[in-house]
Amino acid sequence: MPRREDISKILLIGAGPIVIGQACEFDYSGAQACKSLREEGYEVVLVNSNPATIMTDPGFAERTYIEPLTVEALTAIIRRERPDALLPTMGGQTALNLAVELDAAGILDRYRVGLIGATTEVIRRAEDRGLFKKAMEEIHLEMPKSASAHCMQDAWAIREQIDSWPVIIRPGFTMGGAGGGIARTPEEFEAICANGLALSPVNEVLIEESVLGWKEFEMEVMRDRKGNACIVCSIENLDPMGVHTGDSVTVAPAQTLTDREYQRLRDASLAVMRVIGVETGGANVQFAMNPHDGRLVVIEMNPRVSRSSALASKATGFPIAKIAAKLAVGYTLDELPNDITKSTPACFEPSLDYVVVKVPRFAFEKFQGADDTLTTQMKSVGETMAMGRTFKQALQKAFRSLEIGRPGLSGRPDVEGRMTDEEVARAVARPSPMRWFHVREALARGRPVKALAQATAIDPWFLRQMAELVAFEAEIRSIGSLAALEKSPPLFAQAKEFGFSDKQLAQALGESEAHVREARERLGLLPQYSMVDTCAAEFDSATPYFYSSYGGEASEVAGEGRKKKIMILGGGPNRIGQGIEFDYCCVHACRSLREAGMETVMVNSNPETVSTDYDTSDRLYFEPVTLEDVVAIYRREGCHAAIVQFGGQIPLNLAMELEQAGVNIIGTRPEDIEKAEDREFFKQLAEQIGVKQPANGTASNMGDALALARRIGFPVLVRPSFVLGGRAMAIVYTEEFFEQFCSEAFSVSEGRPVLIDQFLEDAVEVDVDCIADGQLQVIGAVMEHIEKAGIHSGDSACIIPPRSLSAAVLERIRSHTVDLARVLNVRGLMNVQYAVQNEDVYVLEANPRASRTIPFVSKATGIPLAGLAARVMAGETLASLGFTKEVVMHHVAIKEAVLPFARFPGCHMLLTPEMHSTGEVMGIDLDPGMAFVKSQQAAGNPLPHGGGVFVSVSGERPADRTELVECARELVELGYRIFSTCGTATFLREVGIPAQAAFAISEGRPHVLDLVKEGSIGWIVNVPSGCRPQLDEVTMRTEAIRRGIPITTTLRGLRAALEGLHTLQRHPELEVMSLQEYNRDTARKGAGCT
Amino acid sequence: MKTQTVHGARQREKKAFLALADATIFRGWSCGAPVDRLGEVVFNTGMTGYQEILTDPSYAGQFIAFTAPEMGNTGFNREDMESNALQASGLLLREMNPPSNWRSEESLETALLRWNTPAIAGVDTRALTLKLRDGGTQKGFLCTTGTMPEAEAVEQARAWVGLDGQDYASIVTTKCPYEWQRQNAGVVSHPLVAVLDYGVKFNTLRQLSAHGFHVQVFPARTTAEDVLQLHPAGVLLSNGPADPAALGYAVKTVQKLLGRVPLMGICLGHQLLALALGGRTRRLKFGHHGCNHPVQDLRTGMVEITSQNHNYVVEADSLDPTLAEITHISLNDRTVEGLACKAFPAFSLQYHPEAAPGPHDAMPAFERFTRML
Repeated sequence: MPRREDISKILLIGAGPIVIGQACEFDYSGAQACKSLREEGYEVVLVNSNPATIMTDPGFAERTYIEPLTVEALTAIIRRERPDALLPTMGGQTALNLAVELDAAGILDRYRVGLIGATTEVIRRAEDRGLFKKAMEEIHLEMPKSASAHCMQDAWAIREQIDSWPVIIRPGFTMGGAGGGIARTPEEFEAICANGLALSPVNEVLIEESVLGWKEFEMEVMRDRKGNACIVCSIENLDPMGVHTGDSVTVAPAQTLTDREYQRLRDASLAVMRVIGVETGGANVQFAMNPHDGRLVVIEMNPRVSRSSALASKATGFPIAKIAAKLAVGYTLDELPNDITKSTPACFEPSLDYVVVKVPRFAFEKFQGADDTLTTQMKSVGETMAMGRTFKQALQKAFRSLEIGRPGLSGRPDVEGRMTDEEVARAVARPSPMRWFHVREALARGRPVKALAQATAIDPWFLRQMAELVAFEAEIRSIGSLAALEKSPPLFAQAKEFGFSDKQLAQALGESEAHVREARERLGLLPQYSMVDTCAAEFDSATPYFYSSYGGEASEVAGEGRKKKIMILGGGPNRIGQGIEFDYCCVHACRSLREAGMETVMVNSNPETVSTDYDTSDRLYFEPVTLEDVVAIYRREGCHAAIVQFGGQIPLNLAMELEQAGVNIIGTRPEDIEKAEDREFFKQLAEQIGVKQPANGTASNMGDALALARRIGFPVLVRPSFVLGGRAMAIVYTEEFFEQFCSEAFSVSEGRPVLIDQFLEDAVEVDVDCIADGQLQVIGAVMEHIEKAGIHSGDSACIIPPRSLSAAVLERIRSHTVDLARVLNVRGLMNVQYAVQNEDVYVLEANPRASRTIPFVSKATGIPLAGLAARVMAGETLASLGFTKEVVMHHVAIKEAVLPFARFPGCHMLLTPEMHSTGEVMGIDLDPGMAFVKSQQAAGNPLPHGGGVFVSVSGERPADRTELVECARELVELGYRIFSTCGTATFLREVGIPAQAAFAISEGRPHVLDLVKEGSIGWIVNVPSGCRPQLDEVTMRTEAIRRGIPITTTLRGLRAALEGLHTLQRHPELEVMSLQEYNRDTARKGAGCT
Repeated sequence: MKTQTVHGARQREKKAFLALADATIFRGWSCGAPVDRLGEVVFNTGMTGYQEILTDPSYAGQFIAFTAPEMGNTGFNREDMESNALQASGLLLREMNPPSNWRSEESLETALLRWNTPAIAGVDTRALTLKLRDGGTQKGFLCTTGTMPEAEAVEQARAWVGLDGQDYASIVTTKCPYEWQRQNAGVVSHPLVAVLDYGVKFNTLRQLSAHGFHVQVFPARTTAEDVLQLHPAGVLLSNGPADPAALGYAVKTVQKLLGRVPLMGICLGHQLLALALGGRTRRLKFGHHGCNHPVQDLRTGMVEITSQNHNYVVEADSLDPTLAEITHISLNDRTVEGLACKAFPAFSLQYHPEAAPGPHDAMPAFERFTRML
């Protein structure tokens, strides 16, 4: 059946901001779907609130809306665009939920929008636990004993029926299993159920029999409307049931199943697809299997593309989202070609002649106080994937890709090596981010596989593989020296076949990595590269998608050709402080260099990204971004140059070593990048161009640090050098806390000095992105922060164009930026941070590389900065590219951060100079107030329409008081009831503003939080005095985040909100407009603008 | 169950090798029986089911290179046997592992030793597969002992007669007729299906039995008269090894059965039916061996993902369209995957509806057979 002719315009919903459980894999699937639908000649209308995505680039759809993902905004878009169909399966749980809501609200009927990919019936049957269970009974598949509850009373009744501990609790319709958990006691049961009921948008929790310790499998399935179906990939979790699959180490294909059991899973998966009614597209079905008797139970299914389907696509080469989109518009599997071989059909099941391992990346170090035990609720923030010819190679490579200071599955004598046997035994029994290293340690101490299998419920097959690695490492150690290893070529070869990296061998032998590499190369031990071809080499394949391995005969042909080859280094696993924004830059670099006729070679290890789509670059290497791997690829491909400044900190940190190894780094010189980080040098630079700097200095020990801090005067900002995302960065107000924060900074710094700066209170922070080609320096945009200074720029809302800065200040900022770019010899992008205090401009730092704000700026202005920068690095000039002047905007764009605190109960939810947000949203409008309203709605904290507002300004400055009075008056005019601390309330009443007094938390009860709890207060405005954060403030923010009510911490923020509320009062209906319309004037041709 | 595994560098020393007729050498270490042997080298892309594959009589005379790198993971057990022996001539693999599965009764390594089957691990099976894909199936000499000079092994491989024109069915077929264990004992008057065993897989017999038939298995050279004497409701022509063109006797039998009794052919049985209808077979460059082959039913347009194992194929243009209809084709290379006889109740499939290993998509073929009776 060919494509549907009865539809021509399709609306696609993206997944919104990156949050835990829903990351950039949906940018990958959405971008693929867009491409795929447009290939078929459909008009695509896209909506997503996340500006950092590739899919929201104006070239991916006819109309791109960066609007809140709410029924209201979607209705406005549908009314305006009148699409024929809505494809809800590409944007994760967010898009599915929104489709269901739009349908329930009658919007889809009213505007005759058909759902394609999944109907609401299918979504309900898959998501509603009761309906799903009934469906499973119909096809005679078992599920764990379970039932749904809508209140605590039901919950307890169900618990009685199951009659065994522990029980599992899963809230309905939350993503990544948010709010779920394992209850082992009645107390835990009560707590988890209550939280789950509150978090579930439908107030539902599923309570089920525990299958903890069973084996967990996932099957990725495709089905077309004729009923043809195929399994794309099987995935086996190394962590048994009880750890969320997103937090588990997984392997593909499944390794411990006989054909009989595998076919049972396959038959069951297809039956589930049929009974749920998935007619067109992909889905994923999860199973648990009792390792002792093979009893099989279905856990759940997702009738959409998912994190696992992104992983499966990268693992097999089968582009699930692309094919799913084509199926949704009417094609059948047999009509579509296999995208990799181009000669065989898509209707087949990939065969892998390699092993794929995925390892999650965690960020518990960012969330002090949070429990790092892994449960059914997902907590990881990113992942890496590695391919090897054998499991051992893949496993080692995956851990090496993780970028956590382990060059493989290697031990750290200074960490787990120091634990007692008893501590190790306890640690292996508790799933945690470090458990794999604890298991390794236990094996190294001679604990038998059998005992460990019992303690961990990890299949002995995997443990044995690890045991063999541990035993082999001991063999390497016993040989004593690199010279001895070199004299035993078979042993050296086996080390590489077992996936040991040069660095890992260097550590084992007490050698330098460079020496190991040289010895290895002397022996001619080089990696082989094989293609990911979907068919285990059965058919000739046309797609240059590679992975490395050792122990093979020869590599498959590298690309030849006369084009200039440029390597782009990706950022590895997502983590807080480094995510999709950098992938966006890498993808742009690829696209614009390809357009300019160059060949691009992409290296990255993150399966969630668009950069690791084989469609993005000319040649894709799914490999760790480490010195050893990158140099080998660079040489094999005969690259002309490499770009390191788009992938964030990981490739930047490699720059110097890469250059030493003969890699030609283009763009700003690595030594200039390093110079910008050198405080002393930067100080001179600032003096040279005449820009103020907060008093600052560096210290390499605690004594010097304290002396320096005293000289500068408190408060001071303390931070390590060379760390992205403000890790271990803090504002210290008194000497009392100095030592604690400072020693943390020293430990993160790993031998490099710690930076100490004067902290400018009540300053406005400003971010500037610019681009330079060596002759010309052009401002991309100037962004004004809305949060108070001292909050990490990644966590702060910011606005383009700036609103409160004087023309003189802006002029100075621009000229300083241009000067800095010039003296730092910037070729490409640079981000500069300033603080403005009383019309004085201070430069905080300059980073000559792609910044986190590049995608936001590009979306706001319509200028594809990353693409332009790549071309500049490759030798073109800004003049020849036609970008010579900063854009004048007639609209306003506001970026708001999205925080994951709700995922980490027990953790202090305070914004600090250390970054905590996982994602961002953008509000864009012609009206600044409306842009703010949209940004808050998009971030999931909409301003309430009336009700109680708690207002507290603790500053003593008269200017603040005057402004407070004005704001309060406006709030009352807008119909809000004001609550305030006793002092402020009295003061407000004195000037004729009705205000009700409420106790501050420490003053007595009922205090402000009691009023929040009872619903009298739906918005907190708390402007702290600027000195050390008070306990009240922490508690208040914690409660606000937990209850999902908005909290405003600056008067600037309050102003912005008021402006928005005024606009809302004038135009209660949300108005929407596409990026293509906003940026019509600036939309440019060429230069990677697509 | 406990076996010694190959960890250390010494044990992984690549002393054993496979010599191909084109003089290519693939090195590895022995992980099966220490015997040297001649055979035809094929690759199989299935990711599960090595036990079923190794015990499938169709692989007689062949060395199987598994493209899946980790082997032995689930061991060996009695339930998953597809015949009473390990049938392949040898095994080429990347990594050999001890088992971890609750049904495992012994390790793959032990099974190989017990059946005196040679195997080498550490082989770059992808390189080998690429070689076979590009140059076609080859004859080879598997030297697990490492005692023969490479050149001599290549000579031996070249000199070997190979599988073309060879009747291997006579070697693997049952020596005397037998009855498949009745699943529905007690129920009287099950219709009888006679199975002509050219190398039948047990799962075909299990499936027939599960569909309510009384199943009797006959040696390959059983005559049509002897079969018809029992008045079977239908006859199944089984799968089997090597070259259909060498089985003149079987073709004659099928010709005599045609029209007298409903027929179903699987794999080699399908090729025999085609030959009986006047068609021709030819050798494929590297055959179809795996579990992921898409086959389209031309009558419905539906696609089945099938289990396949064949080196020879029926030539489409050799079939007289008035006698036979091509019902199924491979979506990978458009070769004939199924045919139906126009005048008589008989059909055949090039692929394996009984699966084992592989997807169960094609299982309804047994219902089709049942309906025909």
